[in-house]
Amino acid sequence: MDAVLDNLDAVVRAFTYTLLLFLISGVLSLVLGTALAALRVGPVSVLRLAASAYVTIVRNTPLLIVLIFFRIAAPKIGLNFNFVDVQFGDIRLNNLFTACVVGLTVYTAAFVCEAIRSGINAVQLGQAEAARAIGLPFAGVMREVVLPQAFRASVPPLASVQIALLKNTTVAGALGVFEAFARMRSLNNDYATQRIEIFLVFAFVFVVLVEVLSFIANRLERRWRIA
Amino acid sequence: MTAQESAPASAGRGEPLVVLEDVQKHFGQLHALKDIDLTVTRGEVVVVIGPSGSGKSTLCRTINRLETIDEGTITLDGQPLPQEGKELAALRAEVGMVFQSFNLFAHKTILENVTLGPIKVRGMKKDAAEKKARELLDRVGVGHQAEKYPAQLSGGQQQRVAIARALAMEPKVMLFDEPTSALDPEMIKEVLDVMVSLAEQGMTMVVVTHEMGFARTAADRVVFMADGAIVEENTPEEFFTNPSSDRAKDFLGKILKH
Repeated sequence: MDAVLDNLDAVVRAFTYTLLLFLISGVLSLVLGTALAALRVGPVSVLRLAASAYVTIVRNTPLLIVLIFFRIAAPKIGLNFNFVDVQFGDIRLNNLFTACVVGLTVYTAAFVCEAIRSGINAVQLGQAEAARAIGLPFAGVMREVVLPQAFRASVPPLASVQIALLKNTTVAGALGVFEAFARMRSLNNDYATQRIEIFLVFAFVFVVLVEVLSFIANRLERRWRIA
Repeated sequence: MTAQESAPASAGRGEPLVVLEDVQKHFGQLHALKDIDLTVTRGEVVVVIGPSGSGKSTLCRTINRLETIDEGTITLDGQPLPQEGKELAALRAEVGMVFQSFNLFAHKTILENVTLGPIKVRGMKKDAAEKKARELLDRVGVGHQAEKYPAQLSGGQQQRVAIARALAMEPKVMLFDEPTSALDPEMIKEVLDVMVSLAEQGMTMVVVTHEMGFARTAADRVVFMADGAIVEENTPEEFFTNPSSDRAKDFLGKILKH
């Protein structure tokens, strides 16, 4: 335990990075994924095709490759995030961090899209017809009638996607962001006799974080059950 | 219900409002609508009847382009139906639609169901829209249910809310696609009563229904369809007592025996 307790501030900082990666990518992936889902069911066939190509390509690519692309390949073709450099106390959000956020967002959005599309399919066709019949344009039909109901039906799969994202943030540790997984590895190197304890502590924190997410998802599911 | 509110709907009575010319529609191999010519004039109540699968619901749904057509033209108030997009949305706002399965927005309260169109499409202020919605809900007899959700209402109540939701847009014409077919028998009357009083107030209505009683009392004209074509149109009196086509005689013989 000393390994963790003696380095508590570093461990806390590491989990702060983990949570920042998760929260920023989580919100952005929900926004991007929802937009993709709307395109996939939308009236414009080119956009429908583009969104479905996005899902196919990104979903079929391993996360590590997506992250390496944004971290190493993308800067070579001029797509870098060097303009990002924000510091809050010990926490520094730089181009590496941003590349990981973008990679996680791009990757997770494909899964969010499919989770929400399953929710959209669960909304009765008549709901959209009735919304069109009162004169709402496509965007209004989605925003006012279909998506609010689709989100309710998508809460369980969306929770799974977001839980996967929380755990996927550890991949960023392999790319230079000193989040929880990278910190665990470095502590393992420095305190070789306490590996089991170090591992258990980090695993336990992840279990707790995921439990919190599940709890929130359950509450949302229950609150939105009426209707 | 008060009569004066719908008075503008009867202005210019007798002018053509909905005109279908040579409309064709296919579902794959099935020729769902054949050579449909139909003119609905302002203030007229047209009841469309016919056996299942005769294309009457499809006909009704083409008028606000929930179904597209393959050939022919449909005009509303002189304007051809636009392609998908903003103009089509604007046109749909002028056409009220009541569905067999009510289709109230499940996540919104009764009041929100009725105010959504006026606020989002017509740009009405929330207060004004709610005031008007409550009046309409009172008119159809569900004013005391305004804060509930659709699932908490009976089928008949839901369908009356659906009528109020359509009326809130002050449509030029109301389409009813089998509005009572999903209702328990004791709830049919409450919905038909609302429709009859709408008809009396001069609302232009196209009603697809199996309710022959409604056709007799409220219709100006009965359109009989079979196999995707209009077989016969006539006044209800003539149609029910003296149908001219064998197809209509056969149909009436089957349904009027009981």
